[in-house]
Amino acid sequence: MNLVTILHAGMATGTVLLFATIGEILTERSGILNLGVEGMMLLGAMAGFSASLATGNVWLGVLAAVLAGGALSLAHGLVTIHFQADQVVSGLALTFLGTGLALVFGEGLTGQNPPLLPDLTIPLLGQIPFIGPSFFADFNVLVYVGYLLIPATWYYIYKTRPGMHLRAIGEKPEAADTVGVNVYRLRYLYVFAGGCLAGLAGATITLGVSPGWYSAQTTSGQGWIAIGLVIFAQWDPVRAAVGSYLFGALRRGILDLQGPATLLGFVNPLYINSNWGFFLKMTPYLLTIIALILGARAAKKKRLGAPAALGVPYIRGERGL
Amino acid sequence: MTHAVEMHDIVVRFPGVLANDHVNFTLQKGEIHALLGENGAGKSTLMNVLAGLYKQTGGILRVHGKPVSFNSPKDAIAAGIGMVHQHFMLVPTQTVTENILLGLDDPKFFLNLSKYDQKILELQEQFGLRVPPTAKIWQLSVGEQQRVEILKTLYRGANILIMDEPTAVLAPQEIDDLMNTLRAMTEQGKSVIFISHKLHEVTQIADRVTVLRKGKVTAEGIDAAGLTPAKLAQLMVGREVVFSVKKSRREPGDVVLKVENVSAHNKKGVPALRGISLSVRSGEILGIAGVAGNGQSELAEVITGLRPCTGKITVNGVDIANRPPIIAINNGVAHIPEDRGKVGSAPNMSITENTIMKNYRHAPVGNGWSIDFLKARNFARKLKKKYDILAPNVRVPARKLSGGNLQKVILAREISAEPKMMVAVQPTRGLDVGAIESIQTLLLEQREAGAAILLISEELEELFTLSDRIAVIYEGEIMGVVSTEETDIQEIGLMMTGSRREPQPSANAQ
Repeated sequence: MNLVTILHAGMATGTVLLFATIGEILTERSGILNLGVEGMMLLGAMAGFSASLATGNVWLGVLAAVLAGGALSLAHGLVTIHFQADQVVSGLALTFLGTGLALVFGEGLTGQNPPLLPDLTIPLLGQIPFIGPSFFADFNVLVYVGYLLIPATWYYIYKTRPGMHLRAIGEKPEAADTVGVNVYRLRYLYVFAGGCLAGLAGATITLGVSPGWYSAQTTSGQGWIAIGLVIFAQWDPVRAAVGSYLFGALRRGILDLQGPATLLGFVNPLYINSNWGFFLKMTPYLLTIIALILGARAAKKKRLGAPAALGVPYIRGERGL
Repeated sequence: MTHAVEMHDIVVRFPGVLANDHVNFTLQKGEIHALLGENGAGKSTLMNVLAGLYKQTGGILRVHGKPVSFNSPKDAIAAGIGMVHQHFMLVPTQTVTENILLGLDDPKFFLNLSKYDQKILELQEQFGLRVPPTAKIWQLSVGEQQRVEILKTLYRGANILIMDEPTAVLAPQEIDDLMNTLRAMTEQGKSVIFISHKLHEVTQIADRVTVLRKGKVTAEGIDAAGLTPAKLAQLMVGREVVFSVKKSRREPGDVVLKVENVSAHNKKGVPALRGISLSVRSGEILGIAGVAGNGQSELAEVITGLRPCTGKITVNGVDIANRPPIIAINNGVAHIPEDRGKVGSAPNMSITENTIMKNYRHAPVGNGWSIDFLKARNFARKLKKKYDILAPNVRVPARKLSGGNLQKVILAREISAEPKMMVAVQPTRGLDVGAIESIQTLLLEQREAGAAILLISEELEELFTLSDRIAVIYEGEIMGVVSTEETDIQEIGLMMTGSRREPQPSANAQ
């Protein structure tokens, strides 16, 4: 095992989580909880892979993935924003719907070889010893898109007018409504944005990080980890990046641990009996649980944490009567 | 005379309710016009139409002589109408400046807040409304938050300002400040609509008054000069109102509740009570005065066993602090909670079930593991008759009752347990004049019967009517305890803002 390899793989795997987490942050900041990330991601993964295969153009594949995730998210938007149904139930249903659609339309995709995302090394930065090969060399382009997305989202949320409106509709929609901000329209927009990014996360898997279609195993629960990461990140894109890359590296490190016969001079038990590896595979989920617990505690502290109106449908007529 | 606003024949219909029934309303330029009415009379609905939040079912709206039709609050803002809502429409996690800029087209994309902080400071100077622009809303006092709301409308160029019950949350001194601000604004040519149900304020500040009752106008734009609160009350309620219930003289008995050096945190983990000591005697009402959020709710919760605390709380000598609520109940503590719809009652359960919530454990209603519903219903029917609870029958779910009737259900339940100690939090808040009268009478009857009563209220008039002594709470500390007969609103008001600490009179030291 080599640290550069783990970091490199962690950044790539982490990019998947990063897109999904930042997408969910945007959605939740607007006050809508969308638990369907796993479904949107898997549908995006399938759509991206399939479109790239059909058209022979990987960029059309990426576009298809983004639109597939976004389109599916609008179903959640319709149910929770327009019909004001329970967001948890709708989100869970969306996971099943997305997974189902992906598996049905993804039949026969296994073993196919569509054009994949090109790898890229950043000039100069890629040459720096250790840093270069860990963070700036031989990544698919979406990893670098992820790097740019972090500060861009942060700046958007905290330093721009639409970002201010986004924060307002998730904290106190009636305040935004009374000054003429269209709460419903913006919530649709950010549900859609979250879906698009979940779809992009899916394409990052099938067309970049671990190419191929392995039905439901393609995402293997990363959508759920993204939802945990949102809380871990306290709805902040920079913290989301830290969490995503950390979890990415962890997923990768666990796979690698099953490799060598000896580890730091000791016999590696995971090598002797590969079933032990199942316990290690649990780690990201355990950490998600710990993140959720820590997140809940942090949220109790003043004004840090969940948008106040998260999960609460906004109904104009019910106020002031 | 130019009319700033003319509303003709406004009809607003909600499913099953006619909220505004052919209402006429005119606002002249440069006047303060009070809009008066009981809860549910349709004041807020009418003003929400003017603010573009609701669309009227029928009727014509003119602003500065021009017919207008508002499809959203944005249209109303563009017409120069600004509304300060009763429940502030501010985003707590954002700064003053961000809240003022919310929904505007300038800044276009990048915020550059420091530039706008400066603009807002200039606006503050013009109207004497000071509040730090970079402060987050949650860090501000209620009075300051109201200033932000007013600034919000002024920044948008409003010349017609609607204030929805602006004084309900303010301390007396803050009310004076607000009145001065409103006068300064009318002097600069702005017009103000002042929604209220506090009669003396209306006669003090308004130039003209319009009164609504059950969605209809009972007085349209009458001159405020020479109006008496009694006359206004009659217009509001539709009958003559007995103003204050009479309190008899009564020598208090032994100490029932003793609170010693109690401290507690609030929901957010911030200290809310800091070393409170109080005592209430049998047959005595101790009023707790204070601006909302100074520890009143927490005080009620520690006494009723709903919140952990440090210090000692005894009822007739039994320590009940930090013990389950059942200990307090068994020792004769009754609780009239602030939130009658969620804490005081179970909204989806029937009147019967709500009335037996304290006595279902023992005979005759229960035997420890089952409930005799026949007896329970009889019990509920008896209470319904005795306390004059208006409902078709006792199977009606609590949520269907009006505020006044629901409060009677709660009081009936608590009083039937023959309490030695009552903790009543805002017992008459939001009730109409008639219901207030009967709730206050019930509390005084309990005082006669020898209960010790801790009355927490934000209505100073109520405290002065009912209390034998008044303690003022400010930031979790008692500023002083004074005998009602030896104090006045000014003194209490000063203590409510924390500016004066009265030495504890020796007569009250136990």
